Amino acid sequence: MTQAAPLLQVEGLRKFFTVKRGFPNPRTVTVRALDGVDFGVREGEAFGLVGESGCGKSTAGRALLRLIEPDEGRVRFRDTDVLALDRQALRALRRKIQIVFQDPYASLNPKRLVGKALAEPMRVHGLAEGRALAERVRALLDEVGLPPEAAERYPHEFSGGQRQRIGIARALSVEPELVVADEPVSALDVSIQAQVLLLLRGLQDKRGLSYLFVSHDLGVVRWFCQGVAVMYLGRIVERGPLPQMFDEPLHPYTQTLRAASPVPDPRARVTMVRIEGEVPSASAPPPGCHFHPRCPHATERCRVEYPAWKEMGQGRGVACHLYDR
Amino acid sequence: MSAVTGDMAAAPPRANRALRQLLAAFNTNKTSWVGLATFAVVVAIAILAPVLATHDPIEQNILEKLKGPSAEFILGTDGFGRDIWSRLVYGARLSLWIGGVSILIAMVVGSLIGMVAGYFGGRLDIAIMQVMDVLLSFPSLILGLMVVAMMGPSVGNLIFAIALTAIPPFARIARAPTVSVKERDYIEACRALGYSHPRIMAVHILPNIFPEILVMGSLWLATAIRVEASLSFIGLGVRPPTPTWGGMIREGFENILDTWWLSMAPSVAILVVVFALNMIGDGLRDFVDPKLKGERGG
Repeated sequence: MTQAAPLLQVEGLRKFFTVKRGFPNPRTVTVRALDGVDFGVREGEAFGLVGESGCGKSTAGRALLRLIEPDEGRVRFRDTDVLALDRQALRALRRKIQIVFQDPYASLNPKRLVGKALAEPMRVHGLAEGRALAERVRALLDEVGLPPEAAERYPHEFSGGQRQRIGIARALSVEPELVVADEPVSALDVSIQAQVLLLLRGLQDKRGLSYLFVSHDLGVVRWFCQGVAVMYLGRIVERGPLPQMFDEPLHPYTQTLRAASPVPDPRARVTMVRIEGEVPSASAPPPGCHFHPRCPHATERCRVEYPAWKEMGQGRGVACHLYDR
Repeated sequence: MSAVTGDMAAAPPRANRALRQLLAAFNTNKTSWVGLATFAVVVAIAILAPVLATHDPIEQNILEKLKGPSAEFILGTDGFGRDIWSRLVYGARLSLWIGGVSILIAMVVGSLIGMVAGYFGGRLDIAIMQVMDVLLSFPSLILGLMVVAMMGPSVGNLIFAIALTAIPPFARIARAPTVSVKERDYIEACRALGYSHPRIMAVHILPNIFPEILVMGSLWLATAIRVEASLSFIGLGVRPPTPTWGGMIREGFENILDTWWLSMAPSVAILVVVFALNMIGDGLRDFVDPKLKGERGG
């Protein structure tokens, strides 16, 4: 399974933001949004990136698209070194990797007709002209479950779920192979979430799309993704295939995350493990393992030494001292 | 006419949405209609000047000098016996032309500068806005005075001088919303789709900041007409005998105690136009402010 060459391979991705804080004597604070992140997305796979707010998962999605320029690391898409591309080559790559945003109200230009918003990418990349272009806009709308008349309307005339469909159609317009879905359903009502997820799943089958699915919702990720990586404060703490990884989580953080997400069975008995304390700031991560202040198994060693990455077989890996022997 | 607008309001919301919002803003702010109507009349008068003028505006007739308003000379005559009404009508042409063209130039150039500064940010932004701040620190009349004094009074130089004074405020007004709009997801989507920077600015940012620029334009058109009149008044405007409102005020000023109507007519004209433009600006501002902010609530 792991032998197949991945569609996207991310290695050692690093992005530090520096911000000046404080008045009247500003200090330069470094926020470690991404601190050496590795993962891969295989062809046709939906790969989840999970973590709490501020753990850097969205930054990872944007960094591999070079919407944010990463400081270090390697991103390979098929045989292309994404971070080494010049502007022309990057433009060509834009056709291959697309992004769907979290907030469907902010991701569409309010002054632009839906039809124009969908036609523009194809025109810019020279994919279609004139009548063929109109035909493809219609086909795109149909594919995401919207009527052809939607092309003549403005974004504000649609509901959140419909807007998200438009955002998906826009991403599909350039026929990408990989879609970075940045919390694509988090802003939607639960009933709408299912529809949009089914749509995305359908596109995965029909178009052979691959997804990098950024989310904080373990239930959604479990249903939608075939593999997952759990991030904590800019680093990946555990990675593996689904559903095995959520069935038997190795890392204490994954365990607590799973325990915190509700089980849709009223008779199921769960012991809620409480996560103690807040997420520490990414600008001042704790020494040693970042998770140790909240970890029930923390030892003296966890306080001083960040655990090395360990492959655990069956495509699984974890960064935790508990599995050292 | 009102039946047509009524139908348009009832039609399903489509391309004319912006127009309907504008109408709504004007309707809540009725003085905007007064302003618009007044300004339209002034523009019509300027265009129809050759028809409306009863005399040649620059032909002197010493026998008829300094006459009060009468049937033949509606607003009287000036010190050279020229018909004030005819001069006023032709003066409207020049005042509106100088004001309109200079503000149009300032709008285009200023918005472009402001958008580029806001969009690219960083040092370029700081550098551009520093220059704008320096220009902005001169009162517009002083800056215009300097330019005209250096380059000599002519219509072209007047337009250049007024445009130069009006560029910084347009750059400022364009930059602020650009900075906020460029952070929105749809601009990031544009970048992810591989659009060029000029395309993003022209197609995706400009339409979203244009209402702000338009409001500024209506208010600054009033200022431009005032500045033009002021420069003409102190003798740095278009050379006599070409009629301009500012120049007419100055000519009449010499005899203001005896023949007050000479200065009064152009003064009232300027007053009316400036008032009208400010009324339009108020309506446009209502159009810009609440509606766009309510966009997200949908």
